[in-house]
Amino acid sequence: MTSAAAGRAADELAGLPPSPAVWCSGLRKRYGRRTAVDDVSFTVTRGEVLGLLGPNGAGKTSVIKMLLGLVRPDAGEVLLLGRRSSDPRSRSAVGYLPELFRYQPWLTAAEVLDSHVRLARVPVGASERRECLALVGLADRAGDRVGGFSKGMQQRLGLAVALVARPELVVLDEPTSALDPLGRVDVRDLVLSLKSRGVAVLLNSHLIGEVERVCDRVVILDQGRVAASGTLAELLGQREVRLRLDAADGRAEDRLRAAGSLTRSGDWFTVALPADDDGVTVPDLVRDLVDLGVRVHAVQPVRISLEERLLSILRHEESER
Amino acid sequence: MTALTVAGLTLREAARRRVVRALLVLTVVLLALSAWGFSRLVGLDTELGTMTSGEARLVASLLLNLIMFGMSLIAAIGTAFLAGPTLAGEVESGQALAILARPVRRSAVLLGKWLGLVAFGCGYVVLAGLAQILVVRATVGYWPPAPAAGLALLAAETVVLLTLALLLSSVVSTMASGIVAVGLFGSTWVAGVVGGIGGALGNQGVERVGTVSRILLPTDGLWRGAMNAFQDPIALVQMGPGEGGFPFLSEAPLTPAYLAWAAVWVAMIWGLTALSFARRDV
Repeated sequence: MTSAAAGRAADELAGLPPSPAVWCSGLRKRYGRRTAVDDVSFTVTRGEVLGLLGPNGAGKTSVIKMLLGLVRPDAGEVLLLGRRSSDPRSRSAVGYLPELFRYQPWLTAAEVLDSHVRLARVPVGASERRECLALVGLADRAGDRVGGFSKGMQQRLGLAVALVARPELVVLDEPTSALDPLGRVDVRDLVLSLKSRGVAVLLNSHLIGEVERVCDRVVILDQGRVAASGTLAELLGQREVRLRLDAADGRAEDRLRAAGSLTRSGDWFTVALPADDDGVTVPDLVRDLVDLGVRVHAVQPVRISLEERLLSILRHEESER
Repeated sequence: MTALTVAGLTLREAARRRVVRALLVLTVVLLALSAWGFSRLVGLDTELGTMTSGEARLVASLLLNLIMFGMSLIAAIGTAFLAGPTLAGEVESGQALAILARPVRRSAVLLGKWLGLVAFGCGYVVLAGLAQILVVRATVGYWPPAPAAGLALLAAETVVLLTLALLLSSVVSTMASGIVAVGLFGSTWVAGVVGGIGGALGNQGVERVGTVSRILLPTDGLWRGAMNAFQDPIALVQMGPGEGGFPFLSEAPLTPAYLAWAAVWVAMIWGLTALSFARRDV
């Protein structure tokens, strides 16, 4: 290749959008006879916050460990920041807080950060390291041995370790499991500040509220498979309307059912609206009910929370099995 | 670079753990006791009369080997119980997760651990061994024929054992790896003694037990080489060629072939450890 052609190729490459922070395809892992992860594929684009949700044993931590090269997948491929995960350099700009966070008890907090900076081979100055400890609220414990730290403080240290080497991708596995409510708010703010700086975040958390507040997209795992995935708007797109009706007979219920799937509890009727609702379903329904002689006491739009959506997806999966 | 960082961490771990302080206290006690014992040796009244300085030197040479064996036992137990937690323990506790998720090769992490342990184990054996030799010289006036070679062989013995402990700790749990490594070390020594007795009795079958065990695990072979370097050559002459398999005398120095085999053995076990560690899910 001539140097001009090489230059053109380099220009073209530079013109391409940056490779995704995480790209994985067809990940599979078996432990003995149990399949822990089965054909999992997803992408985390740069600067995006992706939430990984699912019940215990769904394979979330196994997926994360496969992404980071800690567990060998039986099948599938992983690219981290554009490099194959078999290449250690793929992890040079990755910060990771494991679910099982433990740091050398004989080192001080500052020494733990120093060792990680050296292993990451990123020139991070002493003041930046101090700032990083301050960011997680450990500024005045920098010189104390980790062995004397509480679980919450160790998890805070783990956050600092994940953030210290100027990462472009941060993987947080249950980052608030040992934190008090204040600590949880800190983590949420941290994730949002990472997002604002264009750092991609992969967040595995049981706390759905946490995920709902900070994540752009969600992947729901169940029994090692991707049960659902999409943006929050896509996943929560389905809306419901709750009506309190009086004198509703069989014909009224038929009309309600025609609008969407119906559940009833006493006077209250809940209709799940179709995703492609153009805004006329509810007014039309109310008009028809009034025509049928039903007295309409209340009409309340209901937004489905991520929690309800998650539960309905998981229950649906269960009933299919 | 990674290896050096990890080696530094391993050394710092060794320096800050209680096992090391225990090791130091044990060594100082052993040195002090031996100094007292050796100082009483000269002029000791025995049933055969007062011991001359020549006899005292001979006994000192035997005792030196006995104490050096104690040292090598301390080093063996110390390094085996340091090597165990360093790999298996870190994987079990989760400490390894954050480190291995860095842009590091696992073999480099392993090399760093190994280098740190080698530096610690060899440093201990050489310093404690040298102190013991100086104690003997100050009290009885005995100076071994090849102290440097002896100490180097003791260090090599430590390297062999800690390499084995690392391999074990990459496949079994922390405690188990330490116990199995020390157990193997002990049984090879016993097999060596059994082989020596077999040799003295002219029984080739029994003698082969020692030879085979020395090849399977070179700790005992290296130890015998070290003894040969520490002992007074007159001792062998006085005891005669078939010294009855006395466990604290060695008949011949090590052959270069055996030293080469020990090096190959270490490289082989290290390679196996690297292979098993690279494939391990953490």
